[in-house]
This record gives sequence, C-alpha cells and structure tokens, in this order.
Amino acid sequence: MSLGTPGYQAPAVEITGVSKTFGAGPGAVLALSDITMTVGAGEFVSLIGPSGCGKSTLLRIIADLLPATTGMIRVNGDSPHQARMSRRYGFAFQQAGLLDWRTVLANVELPLQLHGVKSAERRRRGLELLETVGLTDFAAHRPPQLSGGMQQRVAIARALAERPALLLMDEPFGALDEMTRERMQDELVRIAAETGAAVVFVTHSIPEAVFLSDRVVVMSPRPGRIAAIVPSGVRRSLTADRSDPAGTAVRESPEFFATITRVREALRGRGDSAAAAGAVDAGAPDAGAVDASALDAGDGAPDAARGAL
Amino acid sequence: MNRTAGRPASLRRPLFALLGLLVALGVWELYKLWGPPRGSTLFGVPIFGRAADSAMPHVASVLTAFGQQEVGGPVISRGGSAPTVLESVASAAAHSLWWAGVGFALGLIVGMALALVMDALRVLERALLPYIVLSQTVPLIALAPLVTGWGQGFSLGPIVWERWMSVSVIAGYLAFFPVAVGMVRGLKSPTAVHSEYFRSVSASWWRTLTRLKVPAAIPYLVPALRLAAAGAVVGTVVGEISIGLEGGIGRLIISYSVGATGDPSRVYTAVIGAAVLGLFTAGIVSLVDLLLRRYQPTPGRS
Repeated sequence: MSLGTPGYQAPAVEITGVSKTFGAGPGAVLALSDITMTVGAGEFVSLIGPSGCGKSTLLRIIADLLPATTGMIRVNGDSPHQARMSRRYGFAFQQAGLLDWRTVLANVELPLQLHGVKSAERRRRGLELLETVGLTDFAAHRPPQLSGGMQQRVAIARALAERPALLLMDEPFGALDEMTRERMQDELVRIAAETGAAVVFVTHSIPEAVFLSDRVVVMSPRPGRIAAIVPSGVRRSLTADRSDPAGTAVRESPEFFATITRVREALRGRGDSAAAAGAVDAGAPDAGAVDASALDAGDGAPDAARGAL
Repeated sequence: MNRTAGRPASLRRPLFALLGLLVALGVWELYKLWGPPRGSTLFGVPIFGRAADSAMPHVASVLTAFGQQEVGGPVISRGGSAPTVLESVASAAAHSLWWAGVGFALGLIVGMALALVMDALRVLERALLPYIVLSQTVPLIALAPLVTGWGQGFSLGPIVWERWMSVSVIAGYLAFFPVAVGMVRGLKSPTAVHSEYFRSVSASWWRTLTRLKVPAAIPYLVPALRLAAAGAVVGTVVGEISIGLEGGIGRLIISYSVGATGDPSRVYTAVIGAAVLGLFTAGIVSLVDLLLRRYQPTPGRS
C-alpha cells in the first residue's frame, strides 16, 4: 500500500490516534491514550517514561504482537500485520531470548532458517552478522557461555538477519552494567548507521535515550500518553564535523547535558510526578528500576559528575 | 563439564551400585544364618523364619540354578537337548524386551500425538486430560481380556493380529501416560520471550513446534521416557500373565513359581531376568538422555 511514487519513502512508522485498553467492562485499563507520532526512515527514536506509561505496549503494537484498540498504524506504509508477515522489522528484547541448545551462529541463523533460506546462504549471512557485532570467535559457543552483553549482541545480530528497515528494541540494554551498556550503545549507533535502519528504542535511561536518538518521545503514565517530544540529535550534530567514533565526546558535550535536562524536565513536567521530585538526587544505582525517580538518578549521575570536573 | 573430575565420578557410580548389591546379598545370607528359626516379631511386626530354603534360597543355589537343565515346564523346543535355565530366562527376557519395545514405541507415538493435540487446542486439553489421568486407574488385569477381545480377527493389511500384540498394547497403555503428561508440560515450557520472538518473525506453526516447542520439551520428555520404559516392562510382564501368553519373562515367573515347592531358586532366576530386563531398558533411556544432552538447561549462568 505504499504510494510507489519514485523518490518517495514511506515513514518507518506512522502512528495516528492509537489507544489501547486491556480488559473490558469496569475492570478495563486504559494503557495508551491517543498516541500520534511518526518515525522517519532511518531515524532513531527513543520511547522513555516511567513504568506503566505503556512504552513497551506501544512497541508491541507496532510489532503486531498486540492489537491496538483504536487508531491506525503504518509500518513502511503497510499494516503492522503485513509488516510482521513480510518480516519488515527486527525485534530485540530485554532478555536476549536466545535458544540455549543452539550455537551462537545457529541462533543468528534462526530467522533465516525459519523462513526456509538455504543453509549455505544462511551460513554466509550468519558469519557476516557475527562479524558486524564482533563475535566471530564465538560462533561455535552456546549462549549460556557468553556474558550478558555478548548475548545481547547476538540478539541484535539475529534481529538484523533479514535486513529489516526497522529495528524495534525493548530495553535491550536494561540488564547490563553501565560500562557494557555504553559500549553497546556505541555499537548500536554504528550498526544503525551501517544498516540505515530506523530504530524505535524503549528505555528508562535518560542518557541512553539522549545519546542514541534523533528524537526522544517522553511518555507519562495512567493513561500512557506522549508528554513531549524532545529533539536530540546530539550525536549526529557532533559526528558531522568530528569523526571520533567513541561516544565519550558526545557524552561529555554540553549539548548532551542540556538535552538530558530537557528530557528530565519533560518527564517531571506532569503533576503526577510530584512524588518523584523529592527523590531525584538520591543517587540510586541503576538496577533496572523504572520509576521516575530512578530515571533521574540512575545513569545521569556518573556522567554528570565526570562532566563537572 | 570438567573432564578430569567427571571420569572418576562416572566410574565410581556403578561401583557403588555394585557395592550396594553385594551388601544386600550379604544381609540376605546373614539373615539366613542368624535370623530367628521359626519367625518372630520385631517391634510388633512379624518377621519370617530363616530356616525355609523355599522362602529364601541361598544366593549360591540361585546362581547354580541358572546352569541347570530345564525339565518339564515351558521348554523351548530346541532339537534334542533341553536348554539350561539361563537360556530359557535369556530367551524369555528377549521376547519380553521385544514386546515391551513395541509397546514403548506405541506409547511414545500415542503420548506425543495426544500432547500435540492438547497443546494445539486448549479445549481438547481440558476435555482429554481428565480421561488420560483416569485411564491409569483402570486395573491392567481387567484390561487384558478386553484388549484380546478387540484384537480377535483384527487385521491391518498384511498384519494379522497376534496375541503378543495384545501384550504390547497393554504395555503401551502404561507407557503413553507419562509421555503425554510430560510432553504437554514441555511444549508449554518456552518462555514468553521465546514465544514472542517466534511470533515477531512470523514463524509458522510447524516451525515453531519443531524449532522451539519440541526442543524446549526435551528436558521434560527424558524423565517421562524413563517412566514410560519402566511402565512398558511392567505392562508386558502383567500383560503376559493376564493373557496367558507363553514365551516371555512374565509367564516364566508364573511357571517357575508353580514348581517353586520343588525348586524355589528357579523363581528367583526368572525374577532376576525381569530385573535385568528393566535395567537394560533404563540403560537405553540413559543413552537417549546422553544423546539429547545439549537440550538440557545449562546450570551456572553467571
């Protein structure tokens, strides 16, 4: 159903007036209310917000893993169902979700095997993908032998197997330690640039969202809705003139902190986050906590401290 | 797995099993030596007298019984000379093993098919599972004549119903249950992430089954196979006896015990034969387990 006009490229994701209700009758819960947003082709968009804001639900609606109650979604100009059936997107979950009985290589090849790709072609593509994520030496290992970060890299390779134009990621680095996390972010940036895929990235870490994204979609809970859309693009604006591939330069730039502040304010902007305000500077370590207070204190603190020196 | 640590442990285990057997035999002989001659009570529980060799033959006399020639009873016709007891027990065990094997295969197929059907349709699971559980409460002895009755005159193409098939059906009747129950749980065992992933790549029903559900079910299937193998052997022995089929170990136990007053050691030779049969099937399942090792969950993820 794409327009087919030469030169016209449909947005990666178009969401218009989507809402989602779980259950029915008096017990029904409105999880998402009137979401409208667009993700351009090749664009990197993060969804951020406290738990219960429906960001994962929204991602699953885009992926056709959950049906929307109302509204319209287009993925590359098609319905999410068509997009899923023709494998137009790759999905990466918080838990890597690899099959422990298969080798790393066989895990990466899995989607190709599921769609009947011949074994020689599969192997070629699998090795190519392992090279992309830097795990060639681990092809014959089994997932339990790998660290959490390596497993997540395998999962990303698997999501990329069919060259999707869209990558949907649900807190893929949520369970990783801070150092691994930043390394993974750097790699994701490189991979996204290499593949030219659009990315919709769910996270509860403000620095992560700001570092990775072109735009940060800030959501608020009960019912889940878009509170603000903060343009970021810190990374792109810096790498245009500077070819430093390490994310450190970006992470220590004033623009980075300014954007973090803007996202944080957008998150706090709503009345229901008044309770969170008191806990902002608690300095709690990032341990997968997803309430608004942890959002502020978690990842921002170490960087902020470093930047101040 | 640490290889150097694994080797002595794998050697030690059968050694301990052997030691256990020797201790049991020793206790047996000691009781024959020192047990109260006429029976007595120990803490109010009556215990057997030691004297009668008919109740507790010496270990040595059981062993020598293996070497004796068959006289009367179920002699396997073998030209002129009568076979030894060892030969009849071995031949009977081999027959029973074959029938139990067919029963096991039958149970495996039926059990898996039921599990697949129940996994595919929840309604069917609710409808079938109570009856599957109920099926195991029917006494086998009651079942035996029914199965023989159904089999009478039944034929499937070139295969004409033979009486041993009834025995296999009874063995299968015991074997299918653990397979069905274990498999149905196993097929449901993939985590939400895995199921969601397979949905996200629009994997077909068949490929989700073969690439995700069945491999994930194997840790549940292996213990079920162990139970099914044991069930098949029990079913065969009981089936032979209740149908009255000659040539297997179950029937041999009966005919030896008929003559037990004369030669009690012989009953034990048949019982030992049945035990070896059970060990053998358990061994085969262990081998299968070994082949499927990579599907077992790996402990110790950091």
